[in-house]
Amino acid sequence: MAAHILITVVGRDLQLASRRPVDAFLPIVFFLVAGSLFPLGVGPEPEILRQIAPGIVWVCALLSAMLSLGSVFGGDYADGSLEQMLLSRHSPVMLAFSKALAHWVMTGVPLIVVAPLFGLLFDMPAQSIATMTWSLVLGTPILSLVGGVGAAITLGLRNGAVLILLLVLPLCIPVLIFGAGAVTALDAGLSPSGNFSLLGALLLLALLGCPMATAAALRISV
Amino acid sequence: MNTFPRFFTFAAPSRFYRLAGLMVPWLYGLAAVLAIAGLYTGFFVAPTDATQGESYRIIFVHVPAAWMSMVLYLVMAGWAAVGWAFNARLASMVSRAIAPTGAAFTFLALWTGAFWGKPTWGAWWVWDARLTSELILLFLYLGYMALVEAIDDVRRADQAGALLAVVGAVNVPIIYFSVRWWNTLHQGASISMTAAPKMAQTMVSAMLIMTFCFWAYAFAVIFVRTRAIVLERERQTDWVRSLPGGAV
Repeated sequence: MAAHILITVVGRDLQLASRRPVDAFLPIVFFLVAGSLFPLGVGPEPEILRQIAPGIVWVCALLSAMLSLGSVFGGDYADGSLEQMLLSRHSPVMLAFSKALAHWVMTGVPLIVVAPLFGLLFDMPAQSIATMTWSLVLGTPILSLVGGVGAAITLGLRNGAVLILLLVLPLCIPVLIFGAGAVTALDAGLSPSGNFSLLGALLLLALLGCPMATAAALRISV
Repeated sequence: MNTFPRFFTFAAPSRFYRLAGLMVPWLYGLAAVLAIAGLYTGFFVAPTDATQGESYRIIFVHVPAAWMSMVLYLVMAGWAAVGWAFNARLASMVSRAIAPTGAAFTFLALWTGAFWGKPTWGAWWVWDARLTSELILLFLYLGYMALVEAIDDVRRADQAGALLAVVGAVNVPIIYFSVRWWNTLHQGASISMTAAPKMAQTMVSAMLIMTFCFWAYAFAVIFVRTRAIVLERERQTDWVRSLPGGAV
């Protein structure tokens, strides 16, 4: 039963996104454009760029994940289907989890695919690129899960988009630190496994807590 | 509820309004007296620090403000959670009233920290673990205030704010430790206040007096703000209308 609603909601969201492919590609385009601004602003020295690349990639990933949060519940809230989903006999926690999963598939996975390309643009060594990609694999689901809470809590508000940023970004700082820190640790000759473990721990915590918080927020907001 | 009449007596906004109104002048007075005593002890009685000279004296404002900023966040989250879980109106109002004061103390701690950092570290700001996590705490306060202000429906605003405050309170230790580890990896400022030699007795007492002063001030301001919120939310009730001055 739980798997059923998961597949239904994720499949529905993906189908909806596939009907508007340009919208679905916006976060990834934002990621690329924002990341390309840094060399223009900082200067083209490869040494500096290589050093700041993991931070840039992580910050841009964070921002592009935030930008698409408004649409997680926004469309369903506007046309009333979210209310129907909450009225159904299915668990709102499962609904919240499915929504976060769909968001991750639509924004997190493309980021993970594109991130190695960024590594090449910034002339990162192969091992650092691999580490960065793995840190994104572990970290971007957390962004979607925490972001789901912010999206649910700000449903239908004025300035909701800016408000999400203000609410969610501070909560995502640990992910940023450990994610970018994994690559920094590798570059410093240390093992990134500690950062991976911490990211994994955060992911587990987010998996446990965030769907419940999102469900509570949905009950408040809808 | 009837089994604990004394405990819940002042949970009624009307009774709280009257009690807080009686207490506010005394709390302001207490805060003023303690401020004079604490600042005098801190600025004139406490000895000059051997390594930092006179500039260390800002800690008599800085450290109590930093303590208050952290405690008030927990108190705010606690009352917000009580208001949410038990549908206690006054608890939600108090938690809302706490947020601006907490944010002010956070800002004060950061500001005075910058004043201390310039002569001591040679920089207004360093990305030290404490400073960074205090800054993030300020962002959490601002997020809470922005959220509750953005929602017009009072009930929804209280509940959403409570959820955010509770999520934030769970996150505060995670943020603190992540920032600390991030900082040690990056080799930040190596000077730490905990490494300083043991403080003189007068320094400790000045700091404690200032802490009590800030507590009294916080209670006073929070009571004043809660009273205003009570009036605003209960303006259609009989007891507010019967107050001297009419509907205020």
